[in-house]
Amino acid sequence: MGGIIKSSVARKFAMALSGLFLVFFLLQHFTINFTSVISPDIFNELSHFMGNNFVVQALLQPVLIFGVIFHFIMGFILEIQNRNARGVGYKNYNGNANSSWMSRNMIYSGAVILAFLGLHFYDFWFPEISHKYIHGLPEDPTRYYEETIVKFKDLWRVILYVVSFIFLMLHLLHGFASSFQSVGFNNKYSKGLQGFTKAFAIIIPLGFIFIALFHYINQL
Amino acid sequence: MKLTLKIWRQDNAKTKGKMIDYPIDGIEGDMSFLEMLDVLNEELVAKGEEPVEFDHDCREGICGSCSLQINGEPHGPDRLITTCQLHMRSFKDGDTITIEPFRAKAFPVVKDLIVDRGSFDRIQQAGGYVSVNTSGNTVDANAIPVNKQNADDSFAAATCIGCGACVAACKNASAMLFTSAKVSQYALLPQGQIEATERVQAMVRQMDEEGFGNCSNTGACEIECPKGISLENIARMNREYMSATSKG
Repeated sequence: MGGIIKSSVARKFAMALSGLFLVFFLLQHFTINFTSVISPDIFNELSHFMGNNFVVQALLQPVLIFGVIFHFIMGFILEIQNRNARGVGYKNYNGNANSSWMSRNMIYSGAVILAFLGLHFYDFWFPEISHKYIHGLPEDPTRYYEETIVKFKDLWRVILYVVSFIFLMLHLLHGFASSFQSVGFNNKYSKGLQGFTKAFAIIIPLGFIFIALFHYINQL
Repeated sequence: MKLTLKIWRQDNAKTKGKMIDYPIDGIEGDMSFLEMLDVLNEELVAKGEEPVEFDHDCREGICGSCSLQINGEPHGPDRLITTCQLHMRSFKDGDTITIEPFRAKAFPVVKDLIVDRGSFDRIQQAGGYVSVNTSGNTVDANAIPVNKQNADDSFAAATCIGCGACVAACKNASAMLFTSAKVSQYALLPQGQIEATERVQAMVRQMDEEGFGNCSNTGACEIECPKGISLENIARMNREYMSATSKG
């Protein structure tokens, strides 16, 4: 692995695979979150399963954490290498003439998502770890819904969520389709696939925004 | 047509350069961009000043010599042409035009607007060839049947003139479009199969050693390429490379 990751093609391949894995995770996360709008009981049941299942906790969660850390560290490494590769910059660079804003600014949309992950971990992941492993509190399968929606009482938090998911949308609008190109998938099906990735990139973040606004409005 | 040119001037690779303004008058729409620079240079020489140095050769879009970043785009605002095929009718009276050399660490400035694109030659030398038996019993290339689609795709990849616009346009100064075109033109033909594994690995290794950036699929290279080299070539090179790496 140390050898092939030294090549620019392999770095992009690894970046794409970690991105595709995170997209799959995002879909799973959205599906569970969306149940909080439909039924608190189903949301509690699924959250309890995800929080206590051995395979999810001991095997999938470490893979997910590795995937997230790998994706953002590799993103910063690629950005530094790419800036160095230019050397002296242009006085006049008309990037809008040949490429999208999203594709040229993945590092900034990614940085916003990373900052959002900090808030998200502060809101949910750290309290969960504290509940289960630090304080060793008794398990209550019905606590998840209340613990979740209470976070969306604060307007500032809802605004931060909405802004973050807009940046996630921008990141996915380029990143999801781009990952297929990086793994070598470019053929007669690519146009259809691009349509799907663009729809996904818009619908899923809008869905997350809808969930946050739904719980905020319901608690007014 | 009356124009203001903002041109990068730099004495040599070791000195710092800067943009200098040159007002110019009497430019006709039918002049090519390089002819316009010829007019400027004649005026500069008549005034006893140093002419602006720029690369050019065939002036018909096939040699890949001309390499100017014009108003922030390689080969200027028009598509599927080189700088020598760009005409002044693409600009308006009173315009200010910025002219810079192609920028990349792997394309060091030699003088003014001339850059050293020897890094492309070294990538080509690393594996952009097929070894042919020249002992007297060489097989005619046409004796080997080639799938029509592959032949067409290979030909399209081979139309790359190595001008470097892809590197100049890319925000990462990546040479993946050039390298992938050179890999693809052989990867698609039966004659290129024997050395396919070594070829893609050697060319990618050389590309990385030259200091080009990583591809982030912005697609700027494909848009700005004067020969319309497709991003499909980069996807093909990625497949070829990962397949070659898995073979060891």
